[in-house]
Amino acid sequence: METGTFPTQGGRKPLGIIQAGLAKRKAAETRFKTYGIVAIAAGLVFLAILFISIVGNAYTAFQQTQVKLDLYLDPDVIDPEGTRDLDVLSGANYAAIVRSGLQDQFPDVESRRDRRALNALVGRGATYDLRATVMAVPDLVGETLTVWVPADDDVDMLLKGNIDREAAEEGRRLSDQQLAWIDQLESRGRLAKRFNADFFTKGDSREPESAGIRGAVVGSFYTMLVTLLLSFPLGVAAAVYLEEFAPQNRFTDIIEVNINNLAAVPSIVFGLLGLAVFINFFGLPRSVPLVGGLVLTLMTLPTIIIASRATLKAVPPSIREAALGVGASQLQTVVLHVLPLAMPGMLTGAIIGMARALGETAPLLMIGMVAFIVDIPQGILDPATALPVQIFLWADSPERAFVERTSAATLVLLFFLIVMNALAVVLRKRFERRW
Amino acid sequence: MYESEAKLAEPNATMRSGVGNVRATVPREHRQTVGNTRVDNPRIRCNKLNVYYGDTHAIHDINLDVGNNEILALIGPSGCGKTTFLRCMNRMNDTIPGCRVEGEIIVDKQNVNSPEVDVVPLRARMGMVFQKPNPFPKSIYENVAFGPRIHGLTANKAELDEVVETSLVKAGLWDEVKERLDQPGTGLSGGQQQRLCIARAIAVQPEVILMDEPCSALDPIATAVIENLMVELRQNFTICIVTHSMQQAARVSNRTAFFHLGDLIEVGETNELFIRPGHQLTEDYITGRFG
Amino acid sequence: MLSLVLVLLLFSSIAYYVGRRRAFSAAGGQIRQLHSLPGYNGLYVALWCGLPALLVLLAWLSLEGAIIDNLVVAALPRDIIEQGAERVTLVLNEIQNVVSGTIYGEPDATVLAAAEHYRQLKSISHGALIGLTLVLPLAAGAYALRKINPRFEARNAVEGVITGLLLTSSTIAVLTTVGIVLSVLFESLRFFQSVPITEFLFGLEWSPQTAIREDQVGSSGAFGAVPLFAGTMLIALIAMLVAVPIGLMSAIYLSEYANVRFRAVAKPLLEILAGVPTVVYGFFAALTVAPFIRDAGGLLGLDVASESALAAGLVMGIMIIPFVSSLSDDVINAVPQAMRDGSYGIGATRSETIKRVIIPAALPGIVGGILLAVSRAIGETMIVVMAAGLAANLTANPLEAVTTVTVQIVTLLVGDQEFDSPKTLAAFALGLVLFVVTLFLNVIALYIVRKYREQYE
Repeated sequence: METGTFPTQGGRKPLGIIQAGLAKRKAAETRFKTYGIVAIAAGLVFLAILFISIVGNAYTAFQQTQVKLDLYLDPDVIDPEGTRDLDVLSGANYAAIVRSGLQDQFPDVESRRDRRALNALVGRGATYDLRATVMAVPDLVGETLTVWVPADDDVDMLLKGNIDREAAEEGRRLSDQQLAWIDQLESRGRLAKRFNADFFTKGDSREPESAGIRGAVVGSFYTMLVTLLLSFPLGVAAAVYLEEFAPQNRFTDIIEVNINNLAAVPSIVFGLLGLAVFINFFGLPRSVPLVGGLVLTLMTLPTIIIASRATLKAVPPSIREAALGVGASQLQTVVLHVLPLAMPGMLTGAIIGMARALGETAPLLMIGMVAFIVDIPQGILDPATALPVQIFLWADSPERAFVERTSAATLVLLFFLIVMNALAVVLRKRFERRW
Repeated sequence: MYESEAKLAEPNATMRSGVGNVRATVPREHRQTVGNTRVDNPRIRCNKLNVYYGDTHAIHDINLDVGNNEILALIGPSGCGKTTFLRCMNRMNDTIPGCRVEGEIIVDKQNVNSPEVDVVPLRARMGMVFQKPNPFPKSIYENVAFGPRIHGLTANKAELDEVVETSLVKAGLWDEVKERLDQPGTGLSGGQQQRLCIARAIAVQPEVILMDEPCSALDPIATAVIENLMVELRQNFTICIVTHSMQQAARVSNRTAFFHLGDLIEVGETNELFIRPGHQLTEDYITGRFG
Repeated sequence: MLSLVLVLLLFSSIAYYVGRRRAFSAAGGQIRQLHSLPGYNGLYVALWCGLPALLVLLAWLSLEGAIIDNLVVAALPRDIIEQGAERVTLVLNEIQNVVSGTIYGEPDATVLAAAEHYRQLKSISHGALIGLTLVLPLAAGAYALRKINPRFEARNAVEGVITGLLLTSSTIAVLTTVGIVLSVLFESLRFFQSVPITEFLFGLEWSPQTAIREDQVGSSGAFGAVPLFAGTMLIALIAMLVAVPIGLMSAIYLSEYANVRFRAVAKPLLEILAGVPTVVYGFFAALTVAPFIRDAGGLLGLDVASESALAAGLVMGIMIIPFVSSLSDDVINAVPQAMRDGSYGIGATRSETIKRVIIPAALPGIVGGILLAVSRAIGETMIVVMAAGLAANLTANPLEAVTTVTVQIVTLLVGDQEFDSPKTLAAFALGLVLFVVTLFLNVIALYIVRKYREQYE
């Protein structure tokens, strides 16, 4: 071959060939760019649908239909002997008082069947609330209280438009008669949608109208407390050791590979570990925040260690050399000079790890934090559930009224997560340092 | 030797010697270009070229021609704007965010610095070789075949083989790599990698080859090979080379342009400029009073 | 228990002051005479005072229950023990119930006697523990106090202990892995005693019932996990088909095309998707996506199961988008600018540069990222628990309901059941498979990604 000559298509000049192919390549370029935009748009649309679907279902849960009743606390029903003994007060038939308060509104309802239908309009929660009120102030016996009590979830759903009035009576959860009563109560100003405080102050319940997230929030709080108290010190200690003290040998290599792999182990496997080790081997009780916190600690630890090591790495060696140069020991250097500089970054890592742990559900299912628990837990050894688990439980409930409560609980969970992440961002911005 | 870390020209780049510092502040009217910036029948003609990086005015009002089949050397201290100027000619500055180029660059009676002009054919006409050898992480063959493939220059595999071979021959690399065309280009030595990059640029059959300090990352022996190659290539191509080494400029180029703090201070035949510099700054620079 | 820890804390702080004073007086008030500052001497005594007792306390508390149970069981009449392990567990539960005061019905005399025995052991144990937490710190503290003199290298000793504690913290990760392996392995081995491992790995039928009567038909249940593996793969595949193109193209657009401002807005927005808890995705799938897909399928005349693999996979894919996109973004940004310059310098367009130079150069990193994403999809639990079904169908049709490994683990273990049945043990066998597969994927992926990074460093 003769050097210095290039073959070209049919002897055309390269520039001509390039110009000819330009339009096609331009089109390919535009197409490719469009794919990118479409991909981002798809991601953002998914995000929007997710939030719209949840907020759209959730906001109605912050209002609850309530009925205003005048309840005569009849001494003959509550405390016939007049002892005001708390045992007597606790065992009294408050349901009867609520029922008669409701029947006072409709004196002409006579038959047993009609009365039962009427009573079904008020939720069962009213009875428990009344008992709590009387137990707190026994002197109320004999008085007449005017209170708003939660209506049954079917009434609530009707007012929120989730039950079709026009549907055939057999296929409807409320009879024509009940609809008439509801309308009358509403026209008398005794039935209205009011702020749903119970949602924030009560524990779980089988009845949607008196189910709240307080128990789950408190359970999550205790679980997170255990997780934070264990995982942050341990994570920082491990990171400090690996970054500042560890010799380069096989053992530290193993630890390092281990931590990286552990960070990618499915969370449910940690649940299995918790079940087998903490509950079956060490005999800790099921369903308690302590075990939940232990499991989440093991799960969060790799995240915190990795984040903390990255922050330690970012502290320039000159700081260490300066301290070592004036005769500080290695430990003094780390504790007095390196750690304070790395602390904001480590806290940021810890908050992000906590946020992940707060949303975690699967391992908690394994260790039994999925039980139906009405009482608000009082400590880390009380049976409890957690906010995400509560969402899982409610999502499984068939009642229509639980859909909005599940969405609202989700919203509360997302609110906590947003607050935590915002805190992490603020912390990072505030203390961010470029060396 | 001179440092080569400052890729982007900055007018406030510090000068090393006290003399330079005083000279650096000479008023504008004493910084008019000395020597003839124009040639007959130029390949590229730049008129009043200005470049800004954000608020920084990197090069000022450059008028300069690049002639046919010549080697034009751009010399000057770090940060003087010579690389920026080179990158204007194939619009590589477009890829730098915040960079703005004003003025005319005329190629074949067309101002290629206008936004309507497509950079694809422009860059195909102006091959570029970079400071550090940057072969793609592909085989030697694929590295050279990259340009012809994307531009669709060859009709079949046989033609492509021929283009690859011709380019490697012209880049003086064929004998060293013909047995291992399928091995990764990144496995070659630094000098070989740079010649591979030259072959990659040649394969598109450009009219001009822009070289941005092509030898700064190479040892003296590899540098000598590339310098010889440049002289060879001059027969078919116009070459514009940025260099930190005055010796290199003196060895290979026909014409030399001396840049200083974003100004074109002096242009002239290489022999003339190095023997009888027309401007005090040029003289100070080539005699090593600052660098 | 908490009070014991507080007592230890109190002892340690007293020990700190005493140790410091002692160091002062040993030096005759001249600190320069001391090898280590008085504070270090104090710390030394405090550590001796607190640490051993704390370790003993923790060990005691974690082993107490098991030891007492064993002692009580050993003292039970022979005829109960001979009735087998299950009966013993039942009796032990009853004893514990009696001890904690929740009595159902009339416990018989043996149980009551055993409960009394249990209570006794427990109080002995508590007494011993309290005695130990009082005596041990004092003895150890006194020992440490005697070592203090001006030449004593308290600082080195203290730092040695603290370094030891740091080292211990870093081994927790290893212990966790060992714990995971041991716990799933042991239970799985027990499972494989009743169900052959070949049947588990290759059997085509999954219906894990436990027999009510011994002679019941199909009492052993069927534990062939292939339908589970297939279901997991199907859902993971759908998720990848959603996440990889969207995630990869978004990463490419964000790193190669988008300007700074667009990137600053779009990137964090996409990353919100990664911060949403999986239970929320599960709820979203069940509430919005699954009905939508069923209705859409209905319009097209397709019969879509209400818990279709498509719905679960789609939502899981959405969850994984930011995962793929941020990993790809990292590796694409790691490709040196010189590569892009080289390509642009020849006249390649942006998309040609991306397709022919950047993606091939970044490919190992991208593949590593995708493997990590697959591992995450396989291990994801809540979305499939809430949106995929329980029916172990062996099908490749995304419109049908399938079940996955994680769904079955949850189903088998949630709720109260005895711990030794093949049903619960099967969950651990599934957990073992899950752990091994994800570990395998992670190790490979992390190795590839690390090699890739080293190449450009």
